[in-house]
Amino acid sequence: MTQALSIRGLRKTYDNGFEALKGIDLEVQQGDFFALLGPNGAGKSTTLGIVSTLVNKTAGSVLVFGHNLDTDSVAAKKSMGVVPQEFNFNQFEQVRDIVVTQAGYYGMSRGEANDSADHYLQALGLWDKRHTTARMLSGGMKRRLMIARALIHNPKLLILDEPTAGVDIELRRSMWEFLQRLNEAGTTIILTTHYLEEAESLCRNIAIIDRGEIRANTSKRELLSQLNRETFVLDLAQPLQQLPRLEGYSIELEGDHTLLVEVDKSQGLNELFAQLQQQDIQVASMRNKTNRLEELFVRLVEKNLES
Amino acid sequence: MRIQDNSIALMTIVSREIRRFLRIWAQTLLPPAITMTLYFIIFGNLIGSRIGEMDGYDYMEFIVPGLIMMSVITNSYGNVVSSFYSAKFQRHVEEIMVSPVPASIILIGYVLGGVARGLGVGLIVTLLSLFFTDLQVHNLFVVVAVVFLTAVLFALGGFINAIFANSFDDVAIVPTFVLTPLTYLGGVFYSIQLLPEFWQGVSMANPILYMVNTFRYGILGVSDIDLSFAFGIILVFIVALYSFALHLLKTGKGIRH
Repeated sequence: MTQALSIRGLRKTYDNGFEALKGIDLEVQQGDFFALLGPNGAGKSTTLGIVSTLVNKTAGSVLVFGHNLDTDSVAAKKSMGVVPQEFNFNQFEQVRDIVVTQAGYYGMSRGEANDSADHYLQALGLWDKRHTTARMLSGGMKRRLMIARALIHNPKLLILDEPTAGVDIELRRSMWEFLQRLNEAGTTIILTTHYLEEAESLCRNIAIIDRGEIRANTSKRELLSQLNRETFVLDLAQPLQQLPRLEGYSIELEGDHTLLVEVDKSQGLNELFAQLQQQDIQVASMRNKTNRLEELFVRLVEKNLES
Repeated sequence: MRIQDNSIALMTIVSREIRRFLRIWAQTLLPPAITMTLYFIIFGNLIGSRIGEMDGYDYMEFIVPGLIMMSVITNSYGNVVSSFYSAKFQRHVEEIMVSPVPASIILIGYVLGGVARGLGVGLIVTLLSLFFTDLQVHNLFVVVAVVFLTAVLFALGGFINAIFANSFDDVAIVPTFVLTPLTYLGGVFYSIQLLPEFWQGVSMANPILYMVNTFRYGILGVSDIDLSFAFGIILVFIVALYSFALHLLKTGKGIRH
């Protein structure tokens, strides 16, 4: 099966000498929901910038559904829609005009463009704002407008750079549902995000990039299985005056009602609770200190910094 | 199929450009109408009545073709430079860069948008001039051809200016310090026959002189220069600027990092 995206030996050195990408390889299968994660300045946006032809590469090749961006850019560009991190539409145009104009760039007739615009504006909750000037929209609406614009020509691959940045929780959830439905309908989705909960909830495969190099590129399940230690937060029913002794566990008291316990994957939780029971410590509730992917991400990036 | 896609994309760019300058008509269409009306009143009526004739015509009749051409030049240039630089500044140029529209179609679309505004303002100024003088057309083909080609040439110039511009100051520098002096010294207000021989020679290096005089020939039937040479100069400039602008666009100068 042709891959949705195939990147080989991609390098980018900016005019100021900064080497943003050091020859990365990346492959995304058709139908995948893929996350490209990394700290600020890791090379995520440069990678997506090259794929969307907004950044000139220094070396390497990019194929979108088998179409080489250098030699068959028309077919490659028609296959994808791009939602950038920054707002990049004319703030003085009306919402519907922005979307319909974009359809024209893809050769869609006026009738097709109008139908597609109406469909996506309704699907993304912008129908009531279709005649509003873009600068009057809220931040969340502006993000949804960019998604509608990217989808107007029904691309097979949707690329989103930080799609939910600055969006409130409720709206973020509704955008997740929209993207999940889109993916289930067959659209391949690649996103970068700072919300690792977002990547863990939505994506099947994940690549972690740091300082221009791919550190990990595998399925979410495989990646999470590498996480051999997790930190749990135990909220206690009664206050503790001193740190209890829990054999085999690294623990920390936060205030007098909260216990932080680091648990090795091989240990499990039964033994922990047995020891707590013996010492008559009642646990009111328990949660992960951070999201699992976040914990793994931090460890991978920290390891890279140390090396 | 590809031709159809490209023609839809071209029409999309042109109609968006026309929508833009019509939406801000108070900044794009009204000011040249007011300025040119003042020129007609002050230079044509008040001062012109004391000047008498120029090249055998009333001074008002003499300056009207030049003023129409001046409007076409400044507006076709101004439309493209401000529109494309705004697109860069607001980053919505990225909308078109990620799409499959070829660089040549992007360039032609912006240029035709500039031509539309240049011709629109030229028409408004022409209609206003009818309040001050009887305008006769000596050769319609020459009038239409030179106005269109001049608008194309300066729209291309505006596009190149926008590509190199890094700030709104850069957008204003060329029109203020290059275009305006060349237009004023390009025979809009006088015949170069009035100048000493040396300055006549210097004036011949001003490309705007050829456009103004060719247009004046189309209206009045008099010109300081040879028409075929003038058309040749304009076409050479168009080919050179088009090739340069297309090269800049394809390499992503000022747009891609």
